[in-house]
Amino acid sequence: MDQTLAENAVFRTQAVTKVYETGEVRVVALDGVDLTLHAGELTVLLGPSGSGKSTLLNILGGLDHASEGRVWFKDLELTKLNERALTRFRRDHVGFVFQFYNLVASLSARENVALVTDIAPNPMSPEEALDIVGLGHRMNHFPAELSGGEQQRVAIARAIAKRPEVLLCDEPTGALDSKTGVQVLEALDRINKDLGTTTAIITHAAEIRKMAHRVIRFQDGRIVSIEHNETRLTPSEIEW
Amino acid sequence: MRALEKKLIRDLLRLWSQGLAIALVLGCGVAIFLMSYGMFTALTETRAAYYERNRFAEVFASLRRAPQSLMPEIAAIEGVYAVETRVKGSAILDLPGQVESAVGQFISLPASGEPRLNLPLLRSGRFPDVQSDDEVMVNEPFAIANGYVPGDTLMANLNGQKRVLTITGTALSPEFIYTIGPGDMMPDNQGYGILWMSEPAMAAAFDMDGAFNDVSLQLRRHARSDDVIDRLDDLLDPFGGLGAHDRVQQQSHAFIDGELKQLQSMAYVLPPVFLGITIFLVNMVIGRIVALDRSEIGLLKAIGYSNLEVSLHYLALAVAIALIGTLLGILVGTWMARGLAELYATFFSFPYLIFAVRPDIYIIATALGLTTASLGAIQSALSAARLPPAVAMSPPAPPNYQSSMIDRLLLRARPSQRTMMVLRNIMRWPLRAGLTMLGIALAVAVLVASLFFEDTLEELIDSAFYSTNRQDVMLILTQEVNSDALEDIRRLPGVLQVEPAQMHGAILRNGHLEKRVGIEGRPATADLARILDQDGKVVAAPANGLLLSTRLASQLAIGVGDPLTVEFLTGQRETHVVNVAGIVTSYIGLPAYMEDTALDRLMRRSSTFSYANLTLDPAKEQEFHAAIKDLPRLAGTVMIADTLEAFEETIEQNINISMVVYIVIAVLITVGVTYNSARIQLSERARDLASLRILGFTKTEVSFILIGEIAFLALLAQPIGWLLGAGLATAMIAGFESDLYSIPLVLSRDTFALSSVVVLAAAAASTLLVRRRLDRLNLIEVMKTRE
Ligand SMILES: Nc1ncnc2c1ncn2[C@@H]1O[C@H](COP(=O)(O)OP(=O)(O)OP(=O)(O)O)[C@@H](O)[C@H]1O
Ligand SMILES: [Mg+2]
Repeated sequence: MDQTLAENAVFRTQAVTKVYETGEVRVVALDGVDLTLHAGELTVLLGPSGSGKSTLLNILGGLDHASEGRVWFKDLELTKLNERALTRFRRDHVGFVFQFYNLVASLSARENVALVTDIAPNPMSPEEALDIVGLGHRMNHFPAELSGGEQQRVAIARAIAKRPEVLLCDEPTGALDSKTGVQVLEALDRINKDLGTTTAIITHAAEIRKMAHRVIRFQDGRIVSIEHNETRLTPSEIEW
Repeated sequence: MRALEKKLIRDLLRLWSQGLAIALVLGCGVAIFLMSYGMFTALTETRAAYYERNRFAEVFASLRRAPQSLMPEIAAIEGVYAVETRVKGSAILDLPGQVESAVGQFISLPASGEPRLNLPLLRSGRFPDVQSDDEVMVNEPFAIANGYVPGDTLMANLNGQKRVLTITGTALSPEFIYTIGPGDMMPDNQGYGILWMSEPAMAAAFDMDGAFNDVSLQLRRHARSDDVIDRLDDLLDPFGGLGAHDRVQQQSHAFIDGELKQLQSMAYVLPPVFLGITIFLVNMVIGRIVALDRSEIGLLKAIGYSNLEVSLHYLALAVAIALIGTLLGILVGTWMARGLAELYATFFSFPYLIFAVRPDIYIIATALGLTTASLGAIQSALSAARLPPAVAMSPPAPPNYQSSMIDRLLLRARPSQRTMMVLRNIMRWPLRAGLTMLGIALAVAVLVASLFFEDTLEELIDSAFYSTNRQDVMLILTQEVNSDALEDIRRLPGVLQVEPAQMHGAILRNGHLEKRVGIEGRPATADLARILDQDGKVVAAPANGLLLSTRLASQLAIGVGDPLTVEFLTGQRETHVVNVAGIVTSYIGLPAYMEDTALDRLMRRSSTFSYANLTLDPAKEQEFHAAIKDLPRLAGTVMIADTLEAFEETIEQNINISMVVYIVIAVLITVGVTYNSARIQLSERARDLASLRILGFTKTEVSFILIGEIAFLALLAQPIGWLLGAGLATAMIAGFESDLYSIPLVLSRDTFALSSVVVLAAAAASTLLVRRRLDRLNLIEVMKTRE
């Protein structure tokens, strides 16, 4: 690992292990993961179901604890933080996008975004965030009145409204068709480019890897390969 | 407004019907607390202030006659702070323009300025002049009932002499907050008055020159009233003392105490029931919301809301419901308190009404409401806080239905799949099913414990009037007279039948237990005033021994055949040992009976009587009333029909009001519990039910699953409710019991049936409301949303 990259590291993990013990069964979800995500980088995480992608993303985002190993966000060692400090960390630095949007049904698009801007230290306005994902004109609509793709873009607006340093997306297009998925990916790509947000995207659509700076493949809780894309495609050039 | 706060408000609006159902139950508890506890404190404080300012005595005694020179000896009793000796007497009043005579209780006012104790509070006019012998001050309720103002006159039969008396003023007294004439069951302000007259005039009218027949004492701070009473009894004994007593046996005080006791037990019993149900309902509803909001909770945490913020959000939901409920409760409670205050105003005569509920009671009521809701929500709020964000984002594991022993037993009965769904759900949430059932059972119990009163009072009236007191009039004499005088009464116009009777104050003793009662002497052949035994059979007053009423026998811990020491307070004040001849039923007072001739024999004297029971020819009632106004030695009359009418009227009114209140309460509990239960059911099983509909089950078949569980629990709740209700009724009756009266426990099948009908109807109505939602269930939407 060369010096400049190390300085640029946003996330760094060292031998991260996650073990779930449910009754008799012991599931090793992560089995010694060493990984670095760099500032401004767009990474795509691939791997079969159950290979530990979500688990890793949750640990990076401070939603879950590693069983063993260490995780840093810049100079902050996440594995040493307590619940309260992790909450603080999420509030200040991380944006999440989930497969099932997870919008609050009783709040309009703008209000869903406001959930974040209410508590973030230096947010953009909800309107601005919705404009970025191209939904400024739909901001007073409730989730039930929006299509799946539109809901996901609201979720993205909500994730970026706080100007997070990192954006963690777990199967953001998983519930969408290819055409709608492209709109979502375009929003993510633009944010990565314009705001320089470090972005990690989990996906099952292997084609999406073509828009990434780097592609990381998982299998059985381990990283099996990391490849750099010399040339990247724009989302509109991708189809799956 | 912050987005999270908007979510709160929208959640509230979405939940309005469930929230309202809970708020109503909570409001009911708050209202009853406010009314009963508020009135309890108001009445206690009003009475205490009144007693203090008007120097209400602490020890009271009546006697036949003692010289004024005895007073310093009474004052010298250790622990006595102040003594007031008075002359008291009663007389028939002839009120101008009225057919029926009234009874006046005359009380002397000291010649030397204002009374030291039991100070009357002047309401209008002035005190009677010390020098005059025809001026009286009357109690205000009597004046109001008869339309008297100062300057008016009335006539009184004082020691056989008809006198015209001028009313100089009206007053109230702490001695007569509750006023009831001798032999009456209800206050009769028109027919019974208190008349204050100056002492010299009283002494002349009642032959009490230089003497007194009534003593009141105020005690020093740490004096023991029992000791003082014993010493006073010793002093008064040679002068025909009738036994001193403290406030507990003072009539007015005892009645207010009884009312206070009822208010207090109401404040301690009913509100906790409502608050308990509220806790359960809030717990159920907020628990369900937290379960539904699972992924939203995860999201809130993922984007940086702290555990505290998240749990406060759900707590706030409960608190908002509580605020609405508390507000409703405070409004209704204030209104009910005002109604109760008005009711009291007709029974009790307080000069000033501190009947407004104290502000701090409102604060306590609010705190109670908020605490209750918070207690209900705390568990769910904490579980929301504990939910790790990563787990919250994934759907919950399907509930763990397991094949249990009971399950396998049930399967033997080969129920339908849908019955199985109902039964499994009950077993899956046994605590919730149990509490739902308990809630419905409590509603039934509340109804049973209020509806039974109707039958009970019917029994009481039947026992106290139709079966026992079958006379039209009781004539009460000022003293015992020879039986010859019976002829004078028989000759009064309109009199059909006459029965003499005697009344003797006496102390009954069995070992260390003693009780001051009145022993009634009646002819063995008495047919108007009859005695019923415990089986309801008529029994004659015994020639040998004494008949005791059940409560008297149990207070003295004595049974049939046991010897009892009787210390008569009348005549020669002899003490005799008499056997208990039998035990009889009586709901009013603590009577003891003996044949009149046996009493005469015991006291070795010729035949006498002190009151008479008569039947009248209704056509000659007017002439009868005119005639008795001039009858010498008459202390009072009781018209049984009037008494019964007054009793029934008052009771009827109160019963009707309280019946409506209790039905409302029971309906609120039922609706609160069943509506919320059904809504939760619907919410939890919407997917199951929608799947069944998609599979081709009809709406009716599907709603069976929803309604089945509630119906099953509601039916199961009935017998439990009956049992609880019977227990509650028994406890209430025990609470009502005093020396003044007791109430029989009559639980009829109708009471149980009506209670169940009301509760089941309310349960059915609220379940059907939820069923309508099921009919409108959008199948596609339900299946589409991710739970
Ligand atoms: N809460 C849990 N309890 C027990 N095991 C779990 C839990 N969460 C995840 N696992 C297990 O950990 C392993 C990794 O899960 P993870 O969700 O990270 O997989 P994934 O790569 O995201 O799969 P997918 O592509 O299907 O989302 C799986 O075997 C899963 O069963
Ligand atoms: Mg995953």
